[in-house]
Amino acid sequence: MNAVPLSQRIAFAAMLVLIVASPFVLYPVFLMKVLCFALFAVAFNLLIGFVGLLSFGHAAYFGMGSYVSAHAAKVWGFTPELAILSGAVVAALLGAAFGWLAIRRSGIYFAMITLALAQMVYFVCVQAPFTGGEDGIQAVPRGHLFGVVDLSSDFALYWVVAAVFLAGFLFLYRVVHSPFGQVLKAIRENEARAVSLGYRVDDYKLIAFVLSAALAGVAGGTKAIVFQLATLTDVNWPMSGEAVLMTLVGGIGTIFGPPVGALVIITMQNELATILGAWVTVVQGGIFVACVLAFRRGIVGEIQAKLGKPL
Amino acid sequence: MTLNRRTLLGTAAAGALPLVTPMRAPRAQAGNTIRIGVLTDLSSLYTDLAGQGSVLAARMAVEDFNPGAKGFNVDIVSADHQNKADVGSTTARTWYDRDGVDAIVDVPNSGVALAVNQITREKNKVMLVSAGATTALTGASCTPNTIHWTYDTFSQAAGTGRAMVAAGGDSWFFITADYAFGHALEADTEKFVTASGGRVLGKVRTPFPGTTDFSSFLLQAQSSRAKVIGLANAGGDFINCVKQAGEFGITRRGQKLAGLLVFITDVHGLGLQTAQGLTLTDAFYWDRNDGSRAFSEKFHPRNRGIRPTMAHAGVYASTLHYLKAVEAVGAEKAKADGAAVVAKMKELRTADPLFGEGEIRPDGRKLHPMFLYEVKAPNESRGPWDYYKLIREIPIADAWRPLAEGGCSLVRT
Repeated sequence: MNAVPLSQRIAFAAMLVLIVASPFVLYPVFLMKVLCFALFAVAFNLLIGFVGLLSFGHAAYFGMGSYVSAHAAKVWGFTPELAILSGAVVAALLGAAFGWLAIRRSGIYFAMITLALAQMVYFVCVQAPFTGGEDGIQAVPRGHLFGVVDLSSDFALYWVVAAVFLAGFLFLYRVVHSPFGQVLKAIRENEARAVSLGYRVDDYKLIAFVLSAALAGVAGGTKAIVFQLATLTDVNWPMSGEAVLMTLVGGIGTIFGPPVGALVIITMQNELATILGAWVTVVQGGIFVACVLAFRRGIVGEIQAKLGKPL
Repeated sequence: MTLNRRTLLGTAAAGALPLVTPMRAPRAQAGNTIRIGVLTDLSSLYTDLAGQGSVLAARMAVEDFNPGAKGFNVDIVSADHQNKADVGSTTARTWYDRDGVDAIVDVPNSGVALAVNQITREKNKVMLVSAGATTALTGASCTPNTIHWTYDTFSQAAGTGRAMVAAGGDSWFFITADYAFGHALEADTEKFVTASGGRVLGKVRTPFPGTTDFSSFLLQAQSSRAKVIGLANAGGDFINCVKQAGEFGITRRGQKLAGLLVFITDVHGLGLQTAQGLTLTDAFYWDRNDGSRAFSEKFHPRNRGIRPTMAHAGVYASTLHYLKAVEAVGAEKAKADGAAVVAKMKELRTADPLFGEGEIRPDGRKLHPMFLYEVKAPNESRGPWDYYKLIREIPIADAWRPLAEGGCSLVRT
């Protein structure tokens, strides 16, 4: 593997500074929300950006991660890190089952299959007793990290969430730049050629799918601990759409695009909700259209193209 | 016009500028300013029954209370929770942590209400629920910081179930939305129907969400020959059911439709032609007495002509009672200790022009009689919004879940 390019080093340093400095200026709960969604978008980007698979059902893994973590923390009394981990495991298993089915098709069929399976998960969540139906799982304890560190203050929890995000981010960076990641990119560029070179394409796709689902589960589980609740919003299809939107706005297939996209979309939702109410969705739609028409590479993608350096 | 990047960026920047600047209400906090946050649905299915009307109702309560003369100030902020528990809980946290909000009112959507309920307790503030429905707020999830004012799923089921049987509707058929809320409503109502000597002839579960064609379910209900068709659903499902029942002429042939969760704005939306004959339980009707009429006359011109629903009435009355309690404990103490204000609210008897005199139980349940109404036929209606005729009043003892049955930890038995 080549050394990390300077542009990415600088971008990473900038991100790190932002993550460390921002809780002293901005509201930590808002920042934690941004970080959870940034991780979700990063997980989604692994599939769309590096394997070329458009999954339209990532809400299923995000939502299941969130429900399982909430249930584990509240009912089984797990510590937060174990709760998040159990959410990730369930999301990974779900991803393995769904991925095994879905990767047999590509393009629009893949998207439709993932969407259909995710909707099945949604309806299970509406009915299953453990999810609490419409009311969701409420009053999830934040608990003590490793049973020791009290997370009830927003500030303490923020550093945990930041660590989870950075771990997920760096893990995916490593995956993308490993030989395994090179094969994924080869599959994205020309699947037939990858097959002819002797790669078992389906296995690679499935592993990527499971990794993506597991990280989406981590993101969902972390969100459940932060907000102390898990509801149907997390598992409903608009959540899948948000992952697509964030990744698209930030820049598909870039390293730093999804977190930037998450920051933009969540900030918009938070700040505009009080001013515009229902029009937020319309504004989001407008941004989507503007992106597709004029910024097809997304914010980071465009900067990357201008600089001619990878970001 | 061709779209290019530069024009897009330019317009986006120009458009974003005014949005960035007035982002937050000034945070200046005098020690004697009480800030009330109306957390409601400003953009989707509950906007008419709560929404801007709830913000207005809170504002009118402040105007009528006139806090300036009592030595403190009150201001009102509002936000849209988009019916998402996470948006609602973020807003509640921000309000309490940063913006100096002391009490949150209204909160339609049980999921959001439960989330805010818990944060309110954690921060020792006050929550006054009006449009939220779940009985968990005064049951397993009850807190010393929450008052549940207007109605709950129990009062709806008890009111309609029991009163319909007493009025002769002793055989029932349920059309139930197939999820937790529908099941709970159906089970509660069934209990009252059978306890009052009625029979349930059958029930059908409709897939939720996404059912738009209720014709086969309605035909089953019709052929069951039950006297009452109970609609254990809400919102769009409810409206579609009633519309399609109207198309089949079900009510004109003598079967009665019983809505278990109906607001007057739903009836307004359906129109009397379709909704006539529907029986429903309501806590407040604008045309009930002089107090409610006077309130409505001041309210509806400021609310796009929409008359107050029971949710609006509840926001008004609960805000008024809250301010009385704040006056009693003193604004400074009220800001510091939400539980103390709620304790004072429980101690003082309530009195307002909309619900009359009443009281609040230890578990946070506000007590007032409920009313069973029937929707008028078009030729009986004498004017705009003249929709209901009273069938009977449901006394307090019958309307609410007995204190001991809720499982609230604040209740000593």
